[in-house]
Amino acid sequence: MAKNPAHRDLFPGALELMILQSLRLKPMHGYALVKHIKQVSGQLLQVEEGSLYPALQRMLREGWLEAEAGVSAKGRPTRIYRLTSAGLKHLEAEVVSFEKMFAGITRVLAVAGA
Amino acid sequence: MRILNRIFGRRRRYDDLSVSIDEHIDFRTEELMDDGMPRTQAEQTARREFGNTALIAQRSREQWQWPALESILIDLSLVFRRLRKSPGFAAAVLLTLAIGIGANTAVFSVVNSVLIRPLPYPEPEQLVALHLNAPGAAGLAEFRDELRLSASMYLTFVAHNRAFQAVGVWQAGTSSITGLAKPEQVNTALVSDGILQTLGVPATEGQWLTAADQDAHGARRVMLGYGYWQRRFGGDPHVVGRTIEVDGQPREIAGVMPRGFKLVSYDFDLIVPLAFDKTNQSLAGFGYRGIARLRPGVTMADADHDVARLLNVWMDSWTNGPGTNPHFYLQWKIAPALLPLKAQVVGSVGSVLWAVMGTIGVVMLIVCTNVANLLLVRADARQQELAVRSALGAGRWRIARELLMESVTLGLMGGVAGVGVAYAGLRLLTAIGPANLPRLSEISLDASSIAFALGVAVFAGLLFGSIPVLRYARSRNSALLLGTARTASASRQRQRGRNILVVAQVAMALVLLVSAVLMIRTFIALRGVDAGFAAPASLQIMRISIPDALAPNPLSVVQMQAQIQQRLAALPGVASVGFTAAVPMSGAEPAWNQIFAEGKVEPSDNLPMRLFNYVGPGYLRTAGTRLMAGREFTWDEVYGMRPVGMVSESLAREMWGSAGAAIGQHFKEFPSEPWYQVVGVVQDVRENGVDQVSPATVYWAPLQHDMYGPGVAGARRTVYFALRTSRAGRQQLIGEMERAVWQVNPNLPLASIQTMQEIYDESMARTSFTLVMLAMAGSMALALGVLGIYGVISYAVAQRRREIGIRMALGANRGELAWMFVRSALTLAGVGTALGLAAAAAAAQLMRTLLFGISPLDPLTFAVVPVALLLAAALASYLPARRTAAVDPVEALRAE
Repeated sequence: MAKNPAHRDLFPGALELMILQSLRLKPMHGYALVKHIKQVSGQLLQVEEGSLYPALQRMLREGWLEAEAGVSAKGRPTRIYRLTSAGLKHLEAEVVSFEKMFAGITRVLAVAGA
Repeated sequence: MRILNRIFGRRRRYDDLSVSIDEHIDFRTEELMDDGMPRTQAEQTARREFGNTALIAQRSREQWQWPALESILIDLSLVFRRLRKSPGFAAAVLLTLAIGIGANTAVFSVVNSVLIRPLPYPEPEQLVALHLNAPGAAGLAEFRDELRLSASMYLTFVAHNRAFQAVGVWQAGTSSITGLAKPEQVNTALVSDGILQTLGVPATEGQWLTAADQDAHGARRVMLGYGYWQRRFGGDPHVVGRTIEVDGQPREIAGVMPRGFKLVSYDFDLIVPLAFDKTNQSLAGFGYRGIARLRPGVTMADADHDVARLLNVWMDSWTNGPGTNPHFYLQWKIAPALLPLKAQVVGSVGSVLWAVMGTIGVVMLIVCTNVANLLLVRADARQQELAVRSALGAGRWRIARELLMESVTLGLMGGVAGVGVAYAGLRLLTAIGPANLPRLSEISLDASSIAFALGVAVFAGLLFGSIPVLRYARSRNSALLLGTARTASASRQRQRGRNILVVAQVAMALVLLVSAVLMIRTFIALRGVDAGFAAPASLQIMRISIPDALAPNPLSVVQMQAQIQQRLAALPGVASVGFTAAVPMSGAEPAWNQIFAEGKVEPSDNLPMRLFNYVGPGYLRTAGTRLMAGREFTWDEVYGMRPVGMVSESLAREMWGSAGAAIGQHFKEFPSEPWYQVVGVVQDVRENGVDQVSPATVYWAPLQHDMYGPGVAGARRTVYFALRTSRAGRQQLIGEMERAVWQVNPNLPLASIQTMQEIYDESMARTSFTLVMLAMAGSMALALGVLGIYGVISYAVAQRRREIGIRMALGANRGELAWMFVRSALTLAGVGTALGLAAAAAAAQLMRTLLFGISPLDPLTFAVVPVALLLAAALASYLPARRTAAVDPVEALRAE
């Protein structure tokens, strides 16, 4: 479980935000989520399994996600995670607040660099 | 709802989670196999990349849990699992704890109900008992610790006090009720105005008695007690207004007092107004108990001050008749010593109960040390485990928590069982407790008792749990990991903790045993006292009161009593019969006054008070009261009202030098009387109980000249009959006695039907109760102490097997080896005994008031108990020490 030193820790809420956004596109199972985030971020972000599964359970508890039983192509049982309407609402609110935060950080960095 | 969902939906969530994780690894494995990796390697790689599946699953599951609580639950389930694995240990600990906590809770319930809870009256803190001291009243002062009030004092207090909202006096008595069913004798409370107002409890039916009822010539009403109302009238609410015949006199029922109402501690059937004649009272007649309710803001000291002032008003306002000095009572030095009413109700039983509470508390400490000892042994066995855990990074607190959890769980389980024991114990306690224990009916196992039990349980759990914690939680000593098994014997330090516990146990056991033996010696000393009667088990007692309505004049009263005596004497198996105004220890005190001896000039007019008793012919012989000189009265003397009397031995010695010298001497009570001749000297009788001094007593015949001169006769209307018969106490005899009495007059009720043995046992109840409690505590302490020594020595023998083996291989004598262990036990017991002796000497001083006939430092007790304890210790250590003989050196050395 040793962390890859090339990748820095995500700040609080970021992992959840990315999971929600990924699931907004389409429902996915756990491994697919990991791969999706890795691909989309162009390998810049790596999701630790040690963080992913607790985060998924936390989000299930909050009612943002639903777990759906399914069967894989090879006939194994799988669990597909799907965004709920509460999850969508939360995502939209979070996106707005993150954008504000990024804008703020960017401005501060711009001033410091000048 | 969400919380419930979270708990009950958890199983499904956990399943989902494990499916998800398995699926994750499967997908990754397949991906790797697609890249050309063989299956086993691919699986391993996928797992390695994923990380610690168990940990991640645990972290994920925790999202649905309360981690702090649930880890405690896991610890708890571990505790239970460990206890199940050693049922012997669990049973031993739980049993001792249940008994210890149960006994403590039971005694606490009694202490709480009797001593701590307020009296069941409104604003009970305002209630006071009008207690007066009269240290100058010789004769009386030695015999009783208070001077009761006279009617004139009461009238003065009512008219002139400044401190009280209400004040009243009362007296316990008996009355015959006729006209209902068979004639019945009931307990009455004779009350003045102010008693009901002082106590402030309203009637449950009808009204209180009023000031009009206290008019000597006015209305004549009564009130019923709840029990009597239920028993005789079936709780009929229409009883108010009905008329009943009390001592032959019709009285209207004014009201009924509620359930549980007692007059101070007296459980009465009937409240009858005293109805003092306000114009015709003298100073004397000190026969009433006074109570009062303080005005708000008035302190006890203020009230004392006020009563002291009132006593002067009293002496200025009344007289004992023409020619007497009203300020004579200055010599008695009457002084108020008002008490909170509760102090009077509780009385001397407080010291007994606190003593019992103290001893039971000590037993609890011994229980704790014993359990701590067992826990230490258990923790010893887990030492390696604890050391490993601590080496792996378990925090000190984590290990301490687990050890404490185990001990507190044991404590609580013991506490729950203890509440059951306490419930049973209370029933036992109220059964064997002194019948005259105040507030006996109020004793109950209430919420505060249960809270106490659980409090003791948790406290005990922390106490005996903290000892192994202090020992092991801090030991980060990696040397332990190397295995103590290699060392030849347990380290001295490990043994020391248990040794200290054993010393403490022995010391505490010694204190309890010394106390118990002192009580046994007291009991024996009391049994040895000649109380003034013989063979009490074959002495049947009963009381009969003859009201005015049945026998109008004193002569007819005595004639009726004589007839009853004859009828009773004719019953089969009855050897002899007599009657008296007071049998010993019954609490009856017919009268007190001074007497003058002929030919003696008294130094002052403040003569000692003498107890007066009245005995019919044949009573002393029947009761087995010895005559030291002379003879009893004869019927001729009684009917002829001859001026003869008897005195007690102590009085004869005081006045005439010896019993023999008193015969033929003369004395009188009032100057106007003829001289009375002493015809008999009676042995000293313990009127107030075997542990109390015998009062100097004058015995009069049942028919006497009255104080206002010869010719006017008086008789005792209430007398006790005593029957000497081997059938005493049998129901059949009692039936025959009733029929015999009713042949004389069918309206006479029989009361206080008891054998003398029962009266005697009641008077000993306080001592025997203390004795039983201390003996029980003492034997528990002894058993636990012996068990402690046995445990420590057998553990030491088991631990030192290898050492024993080496010693034996080197040629040590088996007997000497056993002696080595016994010696170490005796050393511990010796130290414990020495400490215990000092503590016992202090404890015995506290018990001083409970002892009789022996010194608190009774040499016999203080010599025998330590020796007995040391012998028990030697035996307890010899049994396990003998096992050294069974050690086979070869085997012992090979064991490792």
